[in-house]
Amino acid sequence: MQQSKRWAWLKSWEALMFIILCTVVVANLRLSEHYLDLNNLANIFHLSIEKSLVVLIMAFVIINGEIDLSVASVMGLSATVLAERYDAGWPIAAGFALALCVGVLCGLLNGLFAAYMGIPSLIVTLAGSIGYRGVARILLEDRSVGDFPSWFTSLGQDGIIGPFPITIFVFIALFILGFVILQYSVFGRYVYAIGNNRAAAEYAGINAKQVKVTIFMASGLIAALAGAFYAARLGNVRANAAEGFELDIITIVLLGGASIFGGTGTMIGVGLSLLVVLNLRNGMSLSNVDGNTQTSVIGLLLILSVLVPNLIQILQRLVPRLFTAISRILNKGGATEPKSQVSVHQ
Amino acid sequence: MRRIRRWVPLQRLREFSLVIILIIVVFIFGNQIDNYYTPRTFNRISSTVALITLVAVGQTMVVLTRNVDLSVGSVVGFTAYYVGRYVSKNEDIAPLMLAALAMGIGAGMGLINGLLVAYGRIPAIVVTLGTMAIYRGALVEYSDSKSVATRQLPDWIKELPQESILKFGEYELRALPAIALVAVIVFFFLLLYSSFGRRLYAIGSSPEAANLAGIRAPRMVTLAFTMCGAMAGLGGMLYLARFGTITVDAARGMELQVVAAVVVGGVNILGGSGTVLGAMLGAILIGTIEQSLIRMNINEFWKDALLGLCIIIAVTVDRILINQLTPWWSRTELQRMPEEPHAAV
Repeated sequence: MQQSKRWAWLKSWEALMFIILCTVVVANLRLSEHYLDLNNLANIFHLSIEKSLVVLIMAFVIINGEIDLSVASVMGLSATVLAERYDAGWPIAAGFALALCVGVLCGLLNGLFAAYMGIPSLIVTLAGSIGYRGVARILLEDRSVGDFPSWFTSLGQDGIIGPFPITIFVFIALFILGFVILQYSVFGRYVYAIGNNRAAAEYAGINAKQVKVTIFMASGLIAALAGAFYAARLGNVRANAAEGFELDIITIVLLGGASIFGGTGTMIGVGLSLLVVLNLRNGMSLSNVDGNTQTSVIGLLLILSVLVPNLIQILQRLVPRLFTAISRILNKGGATEPKSQVSVHQ
Repeated sequence: MRRIRRWVPLQRLREFSLVIILIIVVFIFGNQIDNYYTPRTFNRISSTVALITLVAVGQTMVVLTRNVDLSVGSVVGFTAYYVGRYVSKNEDIAPLMLAALAMGIGAGMGLINGLLVAYGRIPAIVVTLGTMAIYRGALVEYSDSKSVATRQLPDWIKELPQESILKFGEYELRALPAIALVAVIVFFFLLLYSSFGRRLYAIGSSPEAANLAGIRAPRMVTLAFTMCGAMAGLGGMLYLARFGTITVDAARGMELQVVAAVVVGGVNILGGSGTVLGAMLGAILIGTIEQSLIRMNINEFWKDALLGLCIIIAVTVDRILINQLTPWWSRTELQRMPEEPHAAV
């Protein structure tokens, strides 16, 4: 028993992700000699830093049994608010603060409708994703705002330690924070409990509505922060900023072993799947694969990652049955008299 | 009053209130926009609505079984491109054959979704999120990033959107809305009165009960996804007819509009209730608001914000009204006999 427990982790999702990650890294190493360049390593994270940030909070949302399709629109709205206010003469810092407030407000709206009105979060945040993007369109119309002060764009673009910009360190700090909160705090346990069985959690005295609203607000806040980073990295904002990011983000979280029905998934798994997706994309970019094809490869990976364990489960049940069936047929063939077959059945 | 309750199910009331909302919306726009009540407006709105409706009909079947198909936008885009490329090489293919080809491709894509969901036991949202990216990637690979241009198409397909089937004075029912209308009528009766339709409702209402009743849920779910794919394929052909130019980005984001139409039309996203008629009304409401806002001089950028607002209001009002009305509506004489206040649940 002890022996089998020692190796039990090998069957876990994280181990699977780790093996995939190693495969991807080895493949990348063989594919391109520039893969290990410090600049390329920085690029892997730098070019998707906004998505990576939102992945952290999306893990909370999905483990809690909800979904937030509006994150990309909140990112766009936050970048738009920041740019529009800057264009109107506000200092960047004030615009940044307002953008964060707007993000929290969006999250609050999502949370109120989803938790207190009891409307499925899929619909609430679908409406949110259309609506918040619409507000961004009202603010910027078809203009593009850029010319941010150089200190702001250098926050997103220039490295502070080697080629790594400060946004990467913000991400690492938030990852550790998210890990501790989700795995080791009371709040994190609440998130799992509600995702596993909301009714049971409520009977145990957990205020599920409050937890859900908190998570949606945090989701809005992080998405707004990511939107501001996006503005800083690109140095230029349009109303369609970050459009379509929600799919990548949700894909990474689901690939990380979180169930869409809530209750399962870990921060480590999500972190590993983030590394897998970023390295996979980087490798494909190095070998000049088109962006849409990259997305479809990740889509395939998402389906396979759920399908293969399910198939193994089905096979585990089917194979013994198949063996009995075969042995029965063999017995039947061996027995010449029908009487003996009857006796086998009895 | 009792008689009304018996003859008008709650679902009809829902659709009736959608019609009233629609009339109010049209009335408001009519007051704001000059020359609103003209055949031109009608044609414009109806051909937008036709596309969404057609795909929403298929989506309704999937949503009824507690699933969702997010890949419809990619299916529409892929079939539109494939059919456009095919018809530009084989100009003499019969229109019906082309429609069959489009539906066949769509059905094949839907079948993949269905098999993965029903037999691979993967949540529908995960499968269709993945296939949405895969089908779009397939389109990019197949097209080699070239687009189909209007001039490559034969004349009949270019003229299809202008073809009128019925005329009432200046108002005409054109081909695209007519096709959508036929689909709605067929599926309305199919879902309400055929055993296939009733099984879909049964699976969505309670999978365990459906299983105990001997319904083979995986087979039905696969069928629903396949039919949804077929309708999206037909939608792809009409998309080609309507727009002519098809790029790799064709119909990107259409799945959001379709799901929104289905949800506004009162189809429960948790399965088991809703009709195709509702989905059509939802599509009409969304299409009317969208096209009218474009006509309105204030600001076309308001379109999306109002659309999001409209969805959330429709769903919230629906939730509150239905929650309030359901106990009152379903109270029959038998149930009313014990007059305990807490007995009415």
